[in-house]
Amino acid sequence: MRDVAVIGIGMTKFGELWERSYRDLFVEAAAGAMKDAGVDNLDSMYIGCMSGGLFVGQEHTGSLMADYLGVAPIPATRVESACASGGAAFRTAWIEVASGLSDIVLAGGVEKMTDVDGGMATYALATAADAEYEGFHGATFPGLYAMLAHAHMDKYGTTSEMLAHIAVKNHENGHLNPYAQFPGKITVDGVLGSTMVADPLHILDCSPVTDGAAAVILAPLDLAQSMGLPIVKVLSVGMASDTIALHAREEITHLGSVATATKRALDLAGLSIGDIDFCEVHDCFTIAEVCVLEAMGVYGPGKAGPASMAGETARDGKFPVNPSGGLKSKGHPVGATGIAQIIELVKQLRGTAENGRQLANANRGLAQNMGGSGGSSVVSILEAM
Amino acid sequence: MAQTLTGRVWREQPQRYNMMANKDTETGKVYFPPRRVAPGNLDATFEDVQLSGTGKVLTYTIIRVAPTPYGDLAPYALAVVEADGGGRLTCQLTDLDVEEVKIGMAVKFEFRKLYDDNEASVIYYGYKAVTA
Repeated sequence: MRDVAVIGIGMTKFGELWERSYRDLFVEAAAGAMKDAGVDNLDSMYIGCMSGGLFVGQEHTGSLMADYLGVAPIPATRVESACASGGAAFRTAWIEVASGLSDIVLAGGVEKMTDVDGGMATYALATAADAEYEGFHGATFPGLYAMLAHAHMDKYGTTSEMLAHIAVKNHENGHLNPYAQFPGKITVDGVLGSTMVADPLHILDCSPVTDGAAAVILAPLDLAQSMGLPIVKVLSVGMASDTIALHAREEITHLGSVATATKRALDLAGLSIGDIDFCEVHDCFTIAEVCVLEAMGVYGPGKAGPASMAGETARDGKFPVNPSGGLKSKGHPVGATGIAQIIELVKQLRGTAENGRQLANANRGLAQNMGGSGGSSVVSILEAM
Repeated sequence: MAQTLTGRVWREQPQRYNMMANKDTETGKVYFPPRRVAPGNLDATFEDVQLSGTGKVLTYTIIRVAPTPYGDLAPYALAVVEADGGGRLTCQLTDLDVEEVKIGMAVKFEFRKLYDDNEASVIYYGYKAVTA
């Protein structure tokens, strides 16, 4: 395999972007990434998108976006793994460059979620669960993670206050991210007093419904070096799957796909979790950040909640988590999220994170993107050059 | 939401109406819904079994913001239930005060109406659980 680098990044502001269409969002992010890399054409393109069909009534995303980005006739393919679609698109693009088949490949992601009402958005997201055996019975995504949360509280004593600290920390970070949907700061009391969505998760434990797109350009490392660009090396990408239904897991609080994807990525890079300086994780709900950090081996079972409350995962803590603001504050345009995580790693590793949220120690970062209630997960490790 | 044709509903009837599962004859593991192959064993053999009528709550939530078909029902309790004798599923808990639901509580399954799909002229039925 060839060594691969990220040579360009681009993203839209995340938010409820009424005036922006599906194609318009993607093209802004993709063109931004191409300009950042200084390339005017691509060899190939992968686009993470969970459900163009349910959100905007549009499939065949590869053709649409290649057309409007003006790069047809390149091969262009949509990649879908629910909320991990962006991470899966990144992995696919990385494989294509590493294999030697293509040199300049765009990995992007997009979701246009506000063209449907709240009930339809909830339904569309619930299709990432088992449609016949979870969604049919009235399970929602907040509901599935709420069941994970109750099980975690019952087994380990994790509290709503610990979870609230994670939301507060992520908004502290997102406050400094000019692309964030909800950059406002929040308080622990504000989280605990907010409307209950699915007990024990409040609305401020949940990531929002978001429009947005993100894109990165990948190239072989040696070619990137000859182009004289700021380079971030892709050390490895690992992916894993697990049962689609939460109820089918032997241990409900353990995200097996996250543990396996992390191990695969670390093994391929020849590293252990202690070699990572910071990470972006899939905090679609506050409890997800707890379970992910435990599955990755950053903390032992039941230890991530107390550690988060003690400030260990803050920007100035010993292991910063979600310096971008995470899905919670930055927003969660489902298919774009995995790519937006990679972009935060690249900014931190280049030393160009905006508004003073640059981490003091950022040489190696990890991004963890998750589909559904953990039915799939992608973990990518990047390093500064 | 796109209209669902009745074939999709009819196909699921053995599970939704009679809770039919299957059991790996070698490992004894009960699968609900039934599986065609077992993890790591394409040659597994199965026998049809019906889930027992009782079980216990492994974890739960109270859905206060519901998806479109269940909008009028919220708040409702949703749980992961392990059937006595094996097999796990997600279902609603009904005929109880949602604030009283606890992990570990004993439940029994009942045949109930789930929701109306007026567009398709279909009424969906299936299992829910009540306090045992």
